Amino acid sequence: MKYACLIYLNDLHHLDGFTEPQRAAFINEVLDNDEALRQSGNWLDAHALDLPTQAATVRVRQGKLATTDGPFVETKEHLAGIVIIEARDLNDAIRIAGTIPMARTGAIEVRPVKFVERQDAAA
Amino acid sequence: MSAAAGITLETVYRTEKRRVLATLIRLLGGFERAEEALHDAFAAAAEQWPRDGVPKNPLAWLVSAGRFKAIDRMRRNARHDASLTELAMRLETEAAGPDEMDEQTIADDQLRLIFTCCHPALPADAQTALTLREVCGLTTEEIAAAFLSSAPTIAQRIVRAKSKIRDEKIPYETPEKAELAERLEYVLRVVYLVFNEGYAASSGASVTRSDLSAEAIRLGRLLVALLPDPEAIGLLALMLLHDSRRAARTGTDGSVVLFDDQDRALWNRQQIEEGTALVARAFAIGEVGPYAIQAAIAAEHAASNGMRTDWNRVVSLYDLLLRAQPSPVAELNRAAAVAMRDGPGEGIKLIEAIFARGELADYYPAHSAKGELLRRAGRTAEAVASFRQALKLTKQGPARDFIEKRLAELS
Repeated sequence: MKYACLIYLNDLHHLDGFTEPQRAAFINEVLDNDEALRQSGNWLDAHALDLPTQAATVRVRQGKLATTDGPFVETKEHLAGIVIIEARDLNDAIRIAGTIPMARTGAIEVRPVKFVERQDAAA
Repeated sequence: MSAAAGITLETVYRTEKRRVLATLIRLLGGFERAEEALHDAFAAAAEQWPRDGVPKNPLAWLVSAGRFKAIDRMRRNARHDASLTELAMRLETEAAGPDEMDEQTIADDQLRLIFTCCHPALPADAQTALTLREVCGLTTEEIAAAFLSSAPTIAQRIVRAKSKIRDEKIPYETPEKAELAERLEYVLRVVYLVFNEGYAASSGASVTRSDLSAEAIRLGRLLVALLPDPEAIGLLALMLLHDSRRAARTGTDGSVVLFDDQDRALWNRQQIEEGTALVARAFAIGEVGPYAIQAAIAAEHAASNGMRTDWNRVVSLYDLLLRAQPSPVAELNRAAAVAMRDGPGEGIKLIEAIFARGELADYYPAHSAKGELLRRAGRTAEAVASFRQALKLTKQGPARDFIEKRLAELS
């Protein structure tokens, strides 16, 4: 099964209290973990996301596209990255999410990836 | 990948995955590390077996690969966690040659896993979830579907149970002889609970749930193979004998068919034979307990063609059961057997004695059974009163239909 590990943290402050070498080590640990997941075959895709202040939220209502600046909701912690993994089940996915270093500085929501089937138009 | 190697790896994965895990947990000292290593070992097999051929002892190969992958991983992570260096070194020096991977070692590890998953320090629902996932290999999502729960709920239960095993240092071992019987009771309880969860659901729509019975029987077989204790044998027999009536228990409209009304041609003879033979095996060992005795009673019922049940033997088995595990419900069942042997009047007296002690007053089957015996004794007015009382205590389903039918007949 595919799971999305949604990484929530306060991008500006989650490494507060880290020294420069610690900060560098943390980032390398993140990349090492990506590599380990790639080797174990659990890794499908991963992306870090820029700050929500750089986001535009899109809606189409009555055929008109409208955008608003900023994130969909204002919260202290925001979606900072996504890792898509292949895991045997939810507990396996939880175990893998636990290896992502940001689990220690933020929180990771693990969600099953749904497969959306093309609908029969005639139905 | 050649087709042959592909099939073999697939087969090995299905049959050996849980056994490899059980051994890796012991070698690596923890569930998470073992699961990682298991995954890595199969990934390595998928790469190497098609190229180099399937090893002579696939299980030993996988354990060894998992162990080395775990050491690799620790070395890599040691950059971030220095304590892992030491652990990696220790694991590397501890010899685990292929000769160590004999059948006995593998069986011992499986037993360790079962006893750890069913450790009494864990909440009962966690024991069940953990056993189904780690021993039987069900996924979290499958367990959730089977127990009509959500996957995150089950996942959390499993995560907490594993933390508890780690934090409280619950040992990964088969209990010493002195506490084996007591600890085995927990294991058997989990297996029987899984069975009943599936059995109770077998008349419903959910196929997944009734699969739990098959899973429990598989687990029962594994236990008997690993630890041929008379109670483990008795439980397997009991489950097989119950399960033999699965097809006969449900009418074409999905309603439950009571024992006496079942079409015996639908009973699974093979399961009855196997269950009956297991009962004999348990009794031959000597010290039988509640499961073996209940199985013996079930075997008596299964053997009968309805007309020729040996009620004398059934009554004496209930006597034995009451000594092994006294309970008012067993006493009620004994009363029903006595009524079959000595006439309804004797059964009624025994049920009244249970009520007189203040027990089973809210248990509808007791009132329904008493009503049935009174009806057979021709004491119609009293029978109606008993069935009315039973009806008051029944909320739903086929039991209610049965009582209402009886009341309609009597009035």
